[in-house]
Amino acid sequence: MDWTTWVEWIVKGFVLCLILLTGFAYLTLYERRALARMQVRVGPNRAGYQGLLQPIADAVKLIFKEELTPARVYKVVFFLAPILTVVPSLVIAAVIPLGTSFTMFGREITLYVANINVGVLYLTSIASIAVYGIVLAGWSSNNKYAMLGGIRSSAQMISYEISLGLCFAIAIVMSNSMNLVDIVNAQKDMWFAVTQPVGALVFLIVVLAEVNRAPFDMPEAEQELTAGYHAEYSGMKFALFFMAEYQKMIVVCMIAATLFFGGYREFWFLKDTFFSVDRFWFLGPIYLLLKVVVLLFFMIWIRATWPRIRYDRLMAFGWKILLPLSLAVLFITATGILLAQELNNQLFIWSIPLLSIICALVVVVFIYRDLRRKSHGRI
Amino acid sequence: MTSDLIVFLVLSLIAIASALGMLFSKNAVYSALFLVLNFITVAVFYLLLGAPFIAMAQITVYAGAVMVLFLFVIMLLGAESLAPSQALPWQKPLAFTLALVLVVEAVYIILSRAQLTAAVASPDASLNSMDSLREMAMMLFNNYLLPFEVTSILLLVAMVGAIVLAKQEKVGLK
Repeated sequence: MDWTTWVEWIVKGFVLCLILLTGFAYLTLYERRALARMQVRVGPNRAGYQGLLQPIADAVKLIFKEELTPARVYKVVFFLAPILTVVPSLVIAAVIPLGTSFTMFGREITLYVANINVGVLYLTSIASIAVYGIVLAGWSSNNKYAMLGGIRSSAQMISYEISLGLCFAIAIVMSNSMNLVDIVNAQKDMWFAVTQPVGALVFLIVVLAEVNRAPFDMPEAEQELTAGYHAEYSGMKFALFFMAEYQKMIVVCMIAATLFFGGYREFWFLKDTFFSVDRFWFLGPIYLLLKVVVLLFFMIWIRATWPRIRYDRLMAFGWKILLPLSLAVLFITATGILLAQELNNQLFIWSIPLLSIICALVVVVFIYRDLRRKSHGRI
Repeated sequence: MTSDLIVFLVLSLIAIASALGMLFSKNAVYSALFLVLNFITVAVFYLLLGAPFIAMAQITVYAGAVMVLFLFVIMLLGAESLAPSQALPWQKPLAFTLALVLVVEAVYIILSRAQLTAAVASPDASLNSMDSLREMAMMLFNNYLLPFEVTSILLLVAMVGAIVLAKQEKVGLK
């Protein structure tokens, strides 16, 4: 291994961090502007053209804010918790392919930091580590509200991680690989979101809970818990939690795009045309960016329109509805692929979306009847 | 090879230090955190040995799921610092005896079977590929199907037991 490989790794890692940090800054602006539009307001538009300098102003404000450390906190863990929250949200992006490759200085440079064979497992392991920051922040603050927020979030994230793992398994089964580059290339002919729409939908719901976004933002429900796990944090430490939340949003949208929406690849019907990634490498990051922006818009849209769901219903939804549904969908996917292979008939692939949608409709009817019974019954 | 050795030594130091930290922390939350660090170090050992699947599974299952549940219970019960005077009198001598037996056994095995280390030091390059995953699954679901199913039934029974214990009796709720 020569030194140029090291230089390439370091530069790529650095660039990826820069992309994520800039993305975080402008995602806050994007969210505030989009929310304002949906609520018939204007939003921040003073600093710079259309408010484009607003993130810089916010950053300066947060850096110069006074930082308070309450007297009775567990000091070491209190300092460690924001770091433990931010680091997973950055390193998880290392395996996500941003594009194909290009040649520079006589060497082929690939547009991903690491191409490991167990890429999907890497995602699950980092996602499971990400709980610690929040839990420890809640505990070390020595504050009942923060503690409740931390406990809620750990219960919620563990519950939804099971469905998340099953959704990963769906993508693995359909692409026959755990390597994210292979998963993207397997979607050359057809996105997995088309052949498995229910899996993609369940994945999007579950990641909302994983990153604690509305309507699953239980850990920081203001009315009940003040600010939840980060109630005692101020200044830059608070900014780190804020940063981690928005980076997680970007990263899960990248993962969703990679697993179900073709990653850096073009639309499946453009595959051999002028707009193909195979023709121009620089189209890869552009396609991925477009997909991420659209998915982020859905997240913001949901936040603007949906009320927060009650905590017991959140857990019931995760365990009693999403878990059986994702199990059933995984079973249907595996069976459909097996039938298509064994009987050598590609038509069986299309039984997957059909049966999955029927499954999802059964679930919707079940929820509807359950809610109606609850609203009429006396409990 | 020397760089591997350096990494191994540093990791060993971290692993031993975190294990000791886990044993001697007064606060249960710190103990749990040291144990998480230990699990992650062990996962890196697996990576060094060329078994990325087991490394990632180690992090996901032990550091991610099991230890978060541990922390959850510690925090929920408020059992961060129990009174130190609860140790049973016969516990200490028994623990020392068993630890001594373990050390003697380990030393004996290392000395008597030195060729074992040679097999470990040169991991098969094919272990890194997807094929090794496929082979592992084949082994698990063909050769070891019965143990696998027995384990899953055991886990199912444990789960049902936990639900039965946690279930609240509905008294007079009409």
